[in-house]
Amino acid sequence: MSNVRLIARLDVKGPNLIKGVHLEGLRVLGPPHEFAQRYYEQGADELIYIDIVASLYGRSKLTEIVRSAAHDVFVPITVGGGIRTVDDVRELLRAGADKVAANTAVVRRPQLITDIARRFGSQCFVLSIEAKEQAPGRWEVFTDGGRERSGVDVVEWAQRGVALGAGEILLTSIDREGTRKGFDLALTRAVTSAVRVPVIASGGYGDSSHLRPVVDAGAAAIAVADAFHFKRTTMPELRAAALQAGVTVRRV
Amino acid sequence: MSGSHVTVVDYGLGNLYSVRRACESCGAVVDVTSDAGRIADAERLVLPGVGAFEDGMSGIRERGLVEPLQAFAGSGRPLLAICLGMQMLADVSEEFGSHEGLGIIRGRVVPIPDLTTSGLPHNIPRVGWTGLDAAENATWSGSPLRHTSPGTAVYLVHSYHFVCADASQLLAVSDYGGHAIASAIRAKNVVGFQFHPERSGPEGLRILSSWLTDAMA
Repeated sequence: MSNVRLIARLDVKGPNLIKGVHLEGLRVLGPPHEFAQRYYEQGADELIYIDIVASLYGRSKLTEIVRSAAHDVFVPITVGGGIRTVDDVRELLRAGADKVAANTAVVRRPQLITDIARRFGSQCFVLSIEAKEQAPGRWEVFTDGGRERSGVDVVEWAQRGVALGAGEILLTSIDREGTRKGFDLALTRAVTSAVRVPVIASGGYGDSSHLRPVVDAGAAAIAVADAFHFKRTTMPELRAAALQAGVTVRRV
Repeated sequence: MSGSHVTVVDYGLGNLYSVRRACESCGAVVDVTSDAGRIADAERLVLPGVGAFEDGMSGIRERGLVEPLQAFAGSGRPLLAICLGMQMLADVSEEFGSHEGLGIIRGRVVPIPDLTTSGLPHNIPRVGWTGLDAAENATWSGSPLRHTSPGTAVYLVHSYHFVCADASQLLAVSDYGGHAIASAIRAKNVVGFQFHPERSGPEGLRILSSWLTDAMA
């Protein structure tokens, strides 16, 4: 079994790291760089930056944020928010991003996934899916930072996105995001059993008892945000807890 | 701090900024260029790479860099090729058709088997951190892995892998679903890493630094 990746997720708005609940009720935490630097030094397997309002207001400070992160961080960096064109992707990759993630723009224009994958490779494109449960076992894709319904079914969209060239999926449960109640396991299982690409589970991490079930549901990676930002746990503690729970992770 | 000078080849693809920063953080002075003359004069050369094989080779051809790279490899000076860069050292790749590579290290680039050795499906692309193991009969002393302990995890992301024609050129492998995937190869002064030393945290930087301080061949 491959090592499950432990990822620090940093949601940003303009120049600031923020944290919300259900992607709403944003709270400003400060400049993202010092957080990113700490997570890198503590052994994060990867960092993900998402500008969660960029699709509403146009892309903001992401390029600068990425450039300053890539200056000092030597693990993979994924960046998303407000990406609309192949040129946007090129700019972020040049600034030091390893992968880009997109949601709103590719829901509106799925062909963009193929354009990005053809130009930069599938491994460069992470399909970001923000999912909200509509009925037991049925989830709908939301766009624009969790604000807009798309009418698209999550599992069908995941399959289509992979067929179009997505190399990875960042799966965020809007229902669980910021609640600390644990990941949406049914959602995770529904998506991981439908696609062959790695799925990053995001939204809902509360404590270490939530690690094993989401890995058993097929997640290849786990993204944690506010538990790190508010220092309820640290990367080394999470890693130790994962090993204790029988989850194979990299030993740092 | 090595203080060595390293030239990074820009052929239009790849994470140039990360590679530059990683080399700089190891104390190297870095020149990023697509100029054949500067490549010919380089002390040591890095061929980075992220993306598709065919695009990478087209980028190299369009800039007239096939012969300069082959000549550099033949000069005995240190050449490090990373990820797609390593794959382009091969004779041929089967990624989306059949494409000719640089032919610097004999071998073929083929898809990662889409089933584990126990016959189960696994994720493709392969993305993540895996321990490096010494290849059969390989010794890491005198190589850029000389300061690395077997089992050290490094970051890999790929769907295709390098199969060496001469197994003695295999330095390190990493397990994926029971398959031993070539992760470091070496033919004299030419080294290829399938993993990204520039994205593998402090351990990756240690490997890069070891390469940067290798005695000139």
